[in-house]
Amino acid sequence: MLYQPISKSYTDFRIHRDLDKCIQCKVCVRQCTYGAHVYDQSSDLVREDNTKCVGCHRCEALCPTEAITIRRSPMEFRENHLWRPWFIKNIYKQADTGGVLLTGMGNPQAYRIFWDHIVLDASQVTNPSIDPLREPMELKTYLGSLPDSVKVDTKNGKPKLTSKFTPQLEIEYPILFSAMSYGSINLNIHRGLARAATECGILYNTGEGGLHKELYPYGKNTIVQVASGRFGVHADYLNAGAAVEIKIGQGAKPGIGGHLPGEKIGPDVSATRMIPIGSDAISPAPHHDIYSIEDLRQLIYALKEATRYEKPVFVKIAAVHNSAAIASGMVRAGADVIVLDGFRGGTGAAPTMIRDNVGIPIEVALAAVDDRLRQEGIRNQASVIVAGGTRCSADVVKAVALGADACYIGSAALISVGCTMCQRCYTGRCPWGIATNDPYIAKRINPDIAAERLANLVKAWGHEIQEILGGMGLNALESLRGNREKLRGVGLNEVELNILGIKAAGA
Amino acid sequence: MQYVIVGNGVAAIGAIEGIRRRDRENPITVISAEPYLAYGRPLIANFLRGALSKDLLLLREESFYEKNNVKLLLGRKAVRLDEDKRELSLENGDSVPFDKLLVATGGKPFVPPIVGLGDNYHTFTTLKDARGLEEMSRTVKVALVIGGGLIGLKAAESLHDRGLRIHVVELADRILSASFDEVAGRIIYNRLNQVGIGLHLKNTVEEVISGREWIIGARLKSGEMVECQGVVVAIGVVPDLELLKDSGITCNRGVVVDDFLETNIEGVYSAGDVAETKDMLLGEKRVTPIWPNAYSQGLLAGQNMAGAQKSYEGSIAMNSIAFYGIPTISMGITNPPADGPYRIRSVVNEERSVYRKLVFQDEYLKGAVLVGKIERAGLLTGFIKKHIAVREYEDALMKDELTLTDFPKNVRQEILYSD
Amino acid sequence: MKRISCKEEVCIGCHLCEIACVTEHSRSKDVVKAYKEESPRPTPRNMVEEEGALSFSVACRHCDEPSCVEACIAGAMVKDYETGVVKHQPEKCVGCWSCVMACPRGAVKIDPSKTRVIKCDLCPDREVPACVAACPNRALICEEK
Repeated sequence: MLYQPISKSYTDFRIHRDLDKCIQCKVCVRQCTYGAHVYDQSSDLVREDNTKCVGCHRCEALCPTEAITIRRSPMEFRENHLWRPWFIKNIYKQADTGGVLLTGMGNPQAYRIFWDHIVLDASQVTNPSIDPLREPMELKTYLGSLPDSVKVDTKNGKPKLTSKFTPQLEIEYPILFSAMSYGSINLNIHRGLARAATECGILYNTGEGGLHKELYPYGKNTIVQVASGRFGVHADYLNAGAAVEIKIGQGAKPGIGGHLPGEKIGPDVSATRMIPIGSDAISPAPHHDIYSIEDLRQLIYALKEATRYEKPVFVKIAAVHNSAAIASGMVRAGADVIVLDGFRGGTGAAPTMIRDNVGIPIEVALAAVDDRLRQEGIRNQASVIVAGGTRCSADVVKAVALGADACYIGSAALISVGCTMCQRCYTGRCPWGIATNDPYIAKRINPDIAAERLANLVKAWGHEIQEILGGMGLNALESLRGNREKLRGVGLNEVELNILGIKAAGA
Repeated sequence: MQYVIVGNGVAAIGAIEGIRRRDRENPITVISAEPYLAYGRPLIANFLRGALSKDLLLLREESFYEKNNVKLLLGRKAVRLDEDKRELSLENGDSVPFDKLLVATGGKPFVPPIVGLGDNYHTFTTLKDARGLEEMSRTVKVALVIGGGLIGLKAAESLHDRGLRIHVVELADRILSASFDEVAGRIIYNRLNQVGIGLHLKNTVEEVISGREWIIGARLKSGEMVECQGVVVAIGVVPDLELLKDSGITCNRGVVVDDFLETNIEGVYSAGDVAETKDMLLGEKRVTPIWPNAYSQGLLAGQNMAGAQKSYEGSIAMNSIAFYGIPTISMGITNPPADGPYRIRSVVNEERSVYRKLVFQDEYLKGAVLVGKIERAGLLTGFIKKHIAVREYEDALMKDELTLTDFPKNVRQEILYSD
Repeated sequence: MKRISCKEEVCIGCHLCEIACVTEHSRSKDVVKAYKEESPRPTPRNMVEEEGALSFSVACRHCDEPSCVEACIAGAMVKDYETGVVKHQPEKCVGCWSCVMACPRGAVKIDPSKTRVIKCDLCPDREVPACVAACPNRALICEEK
């Protein structure tokens, strides 16, 4: 620990190697992408460099003898509720580098998690439970704009629907895979997402990195994204998917654009994004052709024209203070689906200060948007999808009860293939092979395994949602949609209860 | 259907296994001049050295013949073949009729006429020979080995390890002249010298001198007198065609066979050291007395005897032999003429006794000599046998630690996964 | 007839297959004891080749027409036509290296003792070979062929 810059003296994690169990096999040396395990040739020993450990647990997972334990470093500063160690270390780092603090994944700070203060109803005595193993339980979800009323004619005694519908998407579960760009994650994950989405009858989102040629066959289960950098956007791309999503903002970094460093732009990423190899891919903060709501309408219809009105157009915004008003404007501008990305949403790279302090929780944004659209009588004109920190099937059920049509999962999807939330995605050295384009590391994601695990996750949540619905005495998810009566708040104050539009438990 | 095999070496074992792949019913008779179950002939050197006990010499487990329904006639010599009557006559007067016959009599040592030699010499091709040398080593202090090829050097090594002083006399300018080149020959020459074995190159024995009862020495062409009490003749081995002398089977240097290893007489096949088969690399027919070829020829001939129509891809010379801690491997064409179409690349470190030489022709690898470092030599055999174009990868092939990562995926897939 | 193959697209070069092979062929079959207490430590019968991002493991394919069996002068290499396994019997091996010379995949290794060879035996005591079970990324596949 001699002569280090001060930012390196206080390590976050400690690698503990049990020498009784260590067989010096060097699997940890090979698997660590940060150089925290080093093989010393002259003494034939594996050694640690704790300053490099990011707490990703890859070495621990692959060690054949369980010799490694990754622990929080026991180095402690004197207790200070204001100057917590995190703030102290961040200042050291910035004093060393003069740079913006970068991070990955979603906001980890201790803001209130509303999902954890909402509880669900169940049937007892009145309105009996339904057993999902014995009765059909409908989770099927439709996404798209619905007309104000439905016209039905009777022909030969049979009802016939005569209303014209704009394009609808049909998904088997109220779950979709969130937008994660090709370039921030690699093709192996995209292959897994595409195949799992196809198997489960749901959709995945390409993110702003374009659609790799190899994945065009999965178009029926793909949502193609048009973001401010317009990477990879051309006519074939737009027509390849089942829907088109305009990304205005992202929950993890509302108001700013994206940045994929040149090191992550290899030949495939370059070809797919349509930019030169090695050049930084910078997505500007605004779409430079959207400066007003009328501009948004113009883009929405330009995309509908380009896709012959065959595909619903999604518009995604970050959940910010006046999301309700913005959402209303988006619906009126012609969006078929509104996507709200809360401040817990993940990212491959974002400035830490923005990720941790900008945006609002998805629960309240959802409640506010749903209320406003209902009040204005336009709730039917667009589906609402929420994103940003959906962790389990219960969160999905609560979101649907608050008014969501479906949930995008991003972090949960990556965790299912190995992510340990170490927040180092921006280094491009993700040792699990997820947020990296380095060909050596990217192999660590086997698309066969990824597809299996992602599909398992969705199906598992699907089963749980069915159980919860059955417990409530409902046999169709549609009956829960926006049904806030099924929710109660615990430990929330009156203002919060009002915003969420739910009663307190006991009331 | 009576299958008969004359000979009980590795070609015979291959033939039995080949026949039994297709025909588990009809009986097989093996006529063996030697009184032993099939044994690993090259192991007689290990046996003589004292490193191997007799029961470990067996090529297959003892129950092999019984399990495969083979009638084994041990210690019987077949002396005449009548292809019209389709029967063999044995030395003891018995007749053995056949429907399908495999001639696998192997080779016999070639003994040139040497003044004073008479019958007073040993050869080194059978277990009986090894026993003879074992006995000789009890009474002899110095032995002379005539011939610096594989057999001669193995005899020399084994006897040296038994405590005798050895002299080897070789006609060519290097030892192992058939498979080695000058450089490899020199490295091994130095090692053998270091160990204390005397080597006389570019030399022959003019006269063997005996006292009243036993040999006392030999006079070499160079004029030198070598004191010795025993002589081992190991100049070479020629196909043992004795059996076919008066028959209608066409023989050249060895028994002439077609691509299916059948002779000019229908139903009569030949395999092993006695047969003259197609050489894979040179195209022409020749006798290639090499262990793996003998087995694979036997296996193929056996299958064809039982009704298959398999064509023989051809023989390839290959030898793996180690001398006092220095392993060597040679394969294919190792000594091409300087003005031919062959290209040579080599690297040598004589101090470390390491040598690597590769012989190319056009796109292909045609031969190799490795001394000292032989890991993964089989990959080179694969490149030669599978005729894989390697022009672009010559540097990779020259690496001691040959690795498949230096080759493109399609080559790798072919080497690793084509069967 | 079981055969093991390695998909190089998903091999991550971790070498856990080699560790599993050593463990399975040790006396204790316990990975810590095999590496720390047993002497000599068994040599893995497979080998991982790697260069940059490319890696894959190579082991005996138990060929239908095994070149090593052809070349063996001691009858130490034999093909069991029932199970398909090409078995090496170390007590019969004389260390002549003919099989090292013959195997077109270079799958026969020279044992560190330099007295005999060593190669994959398809883990006769196991349902699924140890290397296949240990691979964390399903790069090693054992299939009937």
